[in-house]
Amino acid sequence: MLKQASRLLSRSVAAASYKSVTTRAFSTELPSTIDSTFVDAWKKVAPNMDPPQTPSSFMKPRPSTPSSIPTKLTVNFVLPYTSELTGKEVDMVIIPASTGQMGVLPGHVPTIAELKPGIMSVHEGTDVKKYFLSSGFAFLHANSVADIIAVEAVPLDHIDPSQVQKGLAEFQQKLASATTDLEKAEAQIGVEVHSAINAALSG
Amino acid sequence: MASNAAVPFWRAAGMTYITYSNICANLVRNCLKEPFKAESINREKVHFSLSKWSDGKPQKPVMRSDTPQV
Repeated sequence: MLKQASRLLSRSVAAASYKSVTTRAFSTELPSTIDSTFVDAWKKVAPNMDPPQTPSSFMKPRPSTPSSIPTKLTVNFVLPYTSELTGKEVDMVIIPASTGQMGVLPGHVPTIAELKPGIMSVHEGTDVKKYFLSSGFAFLHANSVADIIAVEAVPLDHIDPSQVQKGLAEFQQKLASATTDLEKAEAQIGVEVHSAINAALSG
Repeated sequence: MASNAAVPFWRAAGMTYITYSNICANLVRNCLKEPFKAESINREKVHFSLSKWSDGKPQKPVMRSDTPQV
């Protein structure tokens, strides 16, 4: 009986994957994830066992893409050790993408942006909150939800300018004296991060 | 198919993104003002035991720790 179940499972998985090769919906727009043909076939073969659950049945569905552009952007800003902002409704965020400062408004084109060390500012009315991000990613979804993840994010007044200057000088010197590729790369990263913090503190 | 974008300098030097990201985070932490710096360094301390396996048996475990052993 178990052999039958695995045959049915592979048959319906094959059918589902054939469909998904042709059209791919965004994850915010998928219909109900319960495959009724599979569940029916399962019940015929193993009526006493519950059909297996898929991970999506445990997840809360994402808010769907509204047809008109919403007025506010919902921001989820998380760090490995804390959730800085959860579902906060704001007017705009400016993120330090690797291609330059990117302003994100509600209704932004769905984008995955890699972030470079820089300032992220969250604009809510006249209120602007700035954080210096060490690096990370920003996922902008079609439903005007922005997920920003960073490893370290500090408010600008937590930074010590003298340490930054010292670090910058130290890494510039390391860059000049580096021999292997790896040392050069590490020194270059040091110079970039410290210059970015410097620019952030002064600009 | 040719590769798409230019490879970032750290990738060209053999570093992975995670290593790059952790280096950036450590540099930022080092530039913090005092109470915050101590908190962040404390937060990032790790303490774990690692044992490699061979022939289906664990070898002697190795302790890796940022906290001084008592």
